[in-house]
Amino acid sequence: MSDKKSIKETEDEIIEAFSWFENWEEKYEYIIELGKKLPELDEKYKKEENIIKGCQSTVWLVADYHDGKVFYQADSDAIIVKGLVSMLISVLSEHTPDEILNSKLDFIREIGMMSHLAQTRSNGLVAMIKQIKNYALAFKSVNAENIVQ
Amino acid sequence: MAESITITPTFDVNEIRKSFPVLEREVNNKLLVYLDNAATAQKPQSVIDALSYYYSNYNANIHRGIHSLAEEATAAYEATRVTVQKFIHASYPEEIIFTRGTTEGINLVAYTWGRQNIHAGDEIIISTMEHHSNIVPWQILCEEKHAVLKVVPVNDNGELLMDEFHNLLSPKTKLVSIVHVSNALGTINPVKEIIDAAHEVGAVVMVDGAQSTVHLTIDVQKMNCDFFAFSGHKVYGPTGIGVLYGKKKILENMPVFMGGGEMIKEVTFEKTTYNNLPYKYEAGTPNIADTIALKVALDYVTEVGKSNAKKYETELLQYATEELKKIPGLRIIGNAKNKVSLISFVIENIHPQDIGVLLDNQGIAVRTGHHCTQPLMKRFGIPGTVRASFAMYNTREEVDKLIAGLQKAIKMLA
Repeated sequence: MSDKKSIKETEDEIIEAFSWFENWEEKYEYIIELGKKLPELDEKYKKEENIIKGCQSTVWLVADYHDGKVFYQADSDAIIVKGLVSMLISVLSEHTPDEILNSKLDFIREIGMMSHLAQTRSNGLVAMIKQIKNYALAFKSVNAENIVQ
Repeated sequence: MAESITITPTFDVNEIRKSFPVLEREVNNKLLVYLDNAATAQKPQSVIDALSYYYSNYNANIHRGIHSLAEEATAAYEATRVTVQKFIHASYPEEIIFTRGTTEGINLVAYTWGRQNIHAGDEIIISTMEHHSNIVPWQILCEEKHAVLKVVPVNDNGELLMDEFHNLLSPKTKLVSIVHVSNALGTINPVKEIIDAAHEVGAVVMVDGAQSTVHLTIDVQKMNCDFFAFSGHKVYGPTGIGVLYGKKKILENMPVFMGGGEMIKEVTFEKTTYNNLPYKYEAGTPNIADTIALKVALDYVTEVGKSNAKKYETELLQYATEELKKIPGLRIIGNAKNKVSLISFVIENIHPQDIGVLLDNQGIAVRTGHHCTQPLMKRFGIPGTVRASFAMYNTREEVDKLIAGLQKAIKMLA
């Protein structure tokens, strides 16, 4: 059916990519590149209800649910955050709510980007992960209701 | 003092740097370049030692103990009050009230003097460049009392529009609360002119000295402000200790703030009588250790000499400003004629946070964001800035590292 890799497989691919980088510059250039490549979110989605507010940078997150899978789209006004957002989307999008809810996202620690999830960064990333999982949970319960009916 | 500093007629930054142990630290494998001094300044070894010495040798609760430790701790605590009095040139030691910081000082005034003296229809004047700490307490007060908050605008250089200020003044003005130095722009405001004009219409003036106290010589008598608040940690002292200065005759007539120990004279279930100044406003066991260490920080600044430091910092500001202006697409936010050593800037098409992250990877600490001045950011039509703020221990070499770091960041983000 789908050739979409499992969450673990995508995480491992990212870890593999990062293992080749020899210094912080290469790591960040890669993340910045990912940020630039992530298509800009359509203006119609950039509305208040889709904003995840960090103290400094803004993240927009939109989620769709069909065929039992959640599809995410996201954007940010800060490019490094956008690169990190792009990685999260590539790992988590097109998976079932259960797979998303059970993901531990260990790759963030493995690639040395844990500091970006620290409270002090206030970049909306922590709130974004929470919102990604909230969507998964919401779609899961919708799904459960439909089955009952 | 645990460590003596060499007093030289000329300011020697290398000697100064030796007093601050953290400056030897590496961050991300690079020697730390600390340019976030407007958020908090680093501490000299003597301040760190004073804290440790207090806890190791004479930790005791103050004022009521009759044992030796309590006497020593009380003497040291009260010695700080006298040092602060001299540092800001207050008339009496009892005009110095210890708080947790500037924010608490402003709130203390809002909750005591404010609730006693502000009534429906009265006006409070602040400015566009206030820190949220000098906006929110007055908003709360105005809502409660149905008073009106008036705001002095700023020009494109980040200077107060003084004509507008004078136009706002009227017999309805009961309070003017103004920042001495802007934490986001570095602008030094003409507080003397503001205070004199406000007094003309019978208003009381509070000055937010959070950013000014470390850079400028403070003379509250000459300034003639009614209240002045600052934080110890921005003047090379510990966190959690601040000062509220108030004119004695105003403080004496103000209602109490927090009730508890220390602030009372006698308690019965029928009636409690309150202690004299300044203890009336220092309920509960105070922050003894940090208060004692604050004296050491202020002594350190006095020993270096504020005018020496100011002269050096001004040269550093000029050098950094010139160098930053050479970077294409960089725009300095805040170009007031009178500024302290602080530069806020934005770079075309780059989010301040991206700059901050890439500088941090090069061991350079700056602040990015709105600096708790959202109305001011709105005025300039920007979400935030990158802010480099310099202390007396920063060097031209560090400015060069900032410039090189910025150039690298811009190249990576291009």
